[in-house]
Amino acid sequence: MPRRTMIEAIRDAMDVSMGLDDKVVVFGEDVGFFGGVFRCTQGLQAKYGKSRCFDAPINESGIVGSAIGMAAYGLKPCVEIQFADYMYPAYDQLTQEAARLRYRSNGDFTCPIVVRMPTGGGIFGGQTHSQSPEALFTHVSGLKTVVPSNPHDAKGLLIAAIEDPDPVIFLEPKRLYNGPFDGHHDRPVTPWSKHELGEVADGHYTVPLGKAAIRRAGSAVTVLAYGTMVYVALAAAEETGVDAEVIDLRTLLPLDLDTIVASVRKTGRCVVVHEATLTSGFGAELSALVQENCFYHLEAPVARVAGWDTPYPHAQEWDYFPGPARVGRALLETLEA
Amino acid sequence: MTDAGMLRFHVPEPEVRPGGTPDFSNVTLAAAGSVPRPAIDVDPRTIRDMAFSIIRVLNRDGEAVGPWAGLLSSEELLEGLRHMMTLRTFDARMQMAQRQGKTSFYMQHLGEEAVSCAFRKALSPGDMNFPTYRQAGLLIADGYPMVTMMNQIYSNEADPLKGRQLPIMYSSKEHGFFSISGNLATQYIQAVGWAMASAISNDSRIAAAWIGDGSTAESDFHSALVFASTYKAPVVLNVVNNQWAISTFQGIARGGSGTFAARGLGFGIPSLRVDGNDYLAVHAVAKWAAERARKNLGPTLVEYVTYRAGAHSSSDDPSAYRPKTESDAWPLGDPVVRLKNHLIRLGVWSHERHAQAEAEILDTVIAAQKEAESHGTLHAGGKPSTRDMFEGLYAEMPPHLRRQRQQAGV
Repeated sequence: MPRRTMIEAIRDAMDVSMGLDDKVVVFGEDVGFFGGVFRCTQGLQAKYGKSRCFDAPINESGIVGSAIGMAAYGLKPCVEIQFADYMYPAYDQLTQEAARLRYRSNGDFTCPIVVRMPTGGGIFGGQTHSQSPEALFTHVSGLKTVVPSNPHDAKGLLIAAIEDPDPVIFLEPKRLYNGPFDGHHDRPVTPWSKHELGEVADGHYTVPLGKAAIRRAGSAVTVLAYGTMVYVALAAAEETGVDAEVIDLRTLLPLDLDTIVASVRKTGRCVVVHEATLTSGFGAELSALVQENCFYHLEAPVARVAGWDTPYPHAQEWDYFPGPARVGRALLETLEA
Repeated sequence: MTDAGMLRFHVPEPEVRPGGTPDFSNVTLAAAGSVPRPAIDVDPRTIRDMAFSIIRVLNRDGEAVGPWAGLLSSEELLEGLRHMMTLRTFDARMQMAQRQGKTSFYMQHLGEEAVSCAFRKALSPGDMNFPTYRQAGLLIADGYPMVTMMNQIYSNEADPLKGRQLPIMYSSKEHGFFSISGNLATQYIQAVGWAMASAISNDSRIAAAWIGDGSTAESDFHSALVFASTYKAPVVLNVVNNQWAISTFQGIARGGSGTFAARGLGFGIPSLRVDGNDYLAVHAVAKWAAERARKNLGPTLVEYVTYRAGAHSSSDDPSAYRPKTESDAWPLGDPVVRLKNHLIRLGVWSHERHAQAEAEILDTVIAAQKEAESHGTLHAGGKPSTRDMFEGLYAEMPPHLRRQRQQAGV
């Protein structure tokens, strides 16, 4: 089976979808001729023409707003916001329009759009190229939020998202584009070509939305993670020797609560990890759900490891990033509690 | 004398406030028939002055004059008059129903009926409007059932939107009427997107975007103009300038640009101003813009100059911010009266027949209202179920909503 980077897998997902369905159109800033600043759409305009893949003005509200109109017409737009940090001008269109169109019109109009956006830090992007705004989407009724952690899933989840009849926010951890980065920024990253989840089948397949994956089976503590933090958690388990069960959520909404509850009831302990800021982050929701559903199985308080409640700094990037040392400490503390 | 060294902050004010004498001497009006009708493939650079003039067809004597006249037959004009009268009567009854507590909220069109009623007749089947809250004439003129509109207003058991939307936030794909958001300006760029999709699909259908003077200040208005201009989208960009954005006069949104139509000039979009109280002028300009869109000539911006004679909504009291007699002083008159006078002048209508039509329309509206009320009103009778609240957010209900629905006991 061919191995691909996450960029190639994402590109392949759009390629396959555009090939199968004329209604799929792809656009965004620098997306057309150039193929996107991360090259995720490279070659799509040459292959499918300017009507199917094109450059947009620097206007995120316009990109999402026009995509909503296209979806109402009957197309299936898959648009790119260059960085998740740039999505705020489109937030009104996403939350009050895309998310509610089916509901408010009682199905008269629907909004099958996918909004892709690179998320997370670790590339010295500073406060405006590093954010993880997933909780701003999971808080909104009517959206689905997906965060893949590897090329195989990225392709299958993106095809599933494009085929989904409702709006999907597709957050691509940019630090994972080229390899399973585990937070050890001072070491070379293993390329996806040397990782089994870099195996990406040709052609059409889907990974269903709303299904988590267990990346490491364990009995001592459950780690709930997604995106880059999956590999940070795996590294932390390895380095501390804690027999952690690492769950890659893959989709935050709809959430695979069954997998979470089964694991925590087994281990009796839970550490939630995300790169986004702590307060009101998605970890708060996970922590509350674990408490509500697993209270009588818990032997320790649910711990959270997250980005500090500051903007993502530039020079202090690795002080901010919740790396394997911090996650490892949380694992050990949870076991001692 | 110079002010060097001291800056002064400028806040525009309307000419007159409550207690003052209405004054529209600043509204310059081109004589009916005096503005030329360019070919639809005109170079936009050569008609920039049209963004500052005003296209009018009906003159003071009720005659249709000039190059924009002559598109509609007497039968079509009589139908248009009936649509406007129906909308006005519908509004009056629903405004009253709101006052009687049968619904929470209402927005009427008083004085602006020509804009949406005439525009609808310039479109073809399959075209899509992205309206604001004051274009119900699009539905009335397309034959959408009044009972269904009222069911929506009452949020009753027959409400097609299951009670989820504020009154008057209709939706009808079948009648080319996009779901109203209640948000402002978001629909403007969505209309452009719909039009882009039609062009991408090599379709022949066009879109129409709607916005009020106040909301042109929103960034989505500018987003729409950029996208429409860049992709030459087959869309008619409508701005209804009814002078007032709730209590804020149009100068706050317009700033120094002279007119709202002039906003289009920087984008290279042909931009026209039209007498919004002149049914014939609205229809003729809409037809011109729609034809341009359909022939791949791109977007047209049209500013309809009109006057909101009523309150902004059932929650508004205009006497707090403008003279009570201002609407009587409005120089473009009343759209229903003007079309009525024109039809009388043509010899196909009379005061008697008009009075008779008013009575007939009132009967029809009351009959529709009775039928709608048999399905319930907001606080009485049949209403959508609690279960409906959880349905239809996603195509397939996700597990967390199923759990919440169970918690709610439905």
